[in-house]
Amino acid sequence: MTTSQPAGPVLDSDAAPEGARKIADLKPDLLLTGEHNLCPGCGEPLAVRVYLEALQELGVSRETVMVAGIGCYTMFTGTVDLDLVQALHGRAPSVATGIKRMLPDKVVFTLQGDGDMVNEGLQEVLHTAARGERVTCILLNNGVFGETGGHMTATSVLGQRTKSSLEGRDAEYHGYPILIGDLVSRLQGAAYVARGSVHNAGAVARTKRMLRRAFETQLAGDGFSFVEVLTMCPTGWFIPTADGPDYMHETLGEVHVMGELKVDGMVKTTEELHAENVRKQHEVEAELERGGVDL
Amino acid sequence: MSETRTIKSRGAVTIDVETCKGCELCIVACPPRVLSMSTEVNQLGVHYPRLHPGCTGCAACLMVCPDFCFEVFRFEEPVLTTIEEPA
Ligand code: SF4
Ligand code: SF4
Ligand code: SF4
Repeated sequence: MTTSQPAGPVLDSDAAPEGARKIADLKPDLLLTGEHNLCPGCGEPLAVRVYLEALQELGVSRETVMVAGIGCYTMFTGTVDLDLVQALHGRAPSVATGIKRMLPDKVVFTLQGDGDMVNEGLQEVLHTAARGERVTCILLNNGVFGETGGHMTATSVLGQRTKSSLEGRDAEYHGYPILIGDLVSRLQGAAYVARGSVHNAGAVARTKRMLRRAFETQLAGDGFSFVEVLTMCPTGWFIPTADGPDYMHETLGEVHVMGELKVDGMVKTTEELHAENVRKQHEVEAELERGGVDL
Repeated sequence: MSETRTIKSRGAVTIDVETCKGCELCIVACPPRVLSMSTEVNQLGVHYPRLHPGCTGCAACLMVCPDFCFEVFRFEEPVLTTIEEPA
């Protein structure tokens, strides 16, 4: 990735500048350390940042139980400052169901990847959604089994190169991808379903609002809530880290379309989502031009 | 011949260069493009970003950095930097 060189000298960026007000910290408060062993350019830590910030803003972090699936993001189970249970592959929604039914006042959510949720435990999330369990499931979707070597998953899009689809996913041979957000939104028990992405700062900010809304849905007792987040996996996609966001937006993002798929029982069409995305992207770009999005 | 130009910085960032993994996501995310990659490498052996004048304090870099390297600041009054440019 080549970018034009900025003008002017290199400024000191080791210490806080004098006379300036800090508006954003290194890491979210609910993360004990910012250090982790995920790859350069991975999108998962960006999603971790926003769900932790959403919980903190709602003031419920001490009343929250996280149920972790198995994937690269599982590394964060050692560093997030939340009560936490580790589930087996794909079983997190069922574990979350049990916890919520025993402790109905807790905010209970799962953190899962596409390999975990859509391959290994697809029935768990579907039944949990259909029953309208008052839990939230968060899916980090990158279309590969990142942790175990980058093989194709059920959400890999047609044409996507992975370790087990080197020539690109071929419908004839590998079948079609499962659009899990769309599937869940059709289930009656699902109250709020959204698909976010972390391909740029505006998308990260929108994803945070979706996560807040999902947790609010649970707090209001309205039913099952679901937020899928598209995250970069440059390692699994065989691409340079800096190309990750655009690659993701143009491939996975074209099929797994970002947006609020179901709000107040109303399911949106793909055309409606596309139109909304164009409008929202213009809005955030204008906000960034003016000097910052609402954090 | 050269001309001078004044660049306004409404904000600034600190960068934890030793934690940086050199992914360059911040470089492409910065709307005014005031971050550049170093020629030197850090303890991990990778290049890291450096700040130039013109930051708006928008925090886009912070939101896309997977390794939590940024803190973002805003100035009450913009800081001015005068640079010389070839005409
Ligand atoms: S393999 Fe992919 S998902 Fe896993 S840490 Fe690396 S970039 Fe992230
Ligand atoms: S705060 Fe905004 S303008 Fe400043 S370096 Fe970060 S992305 Fe660039
Ligand atoms: S986004 Fe973060 S880790 Fe990547 S190059 Fe910039 S500072 Fe380093």
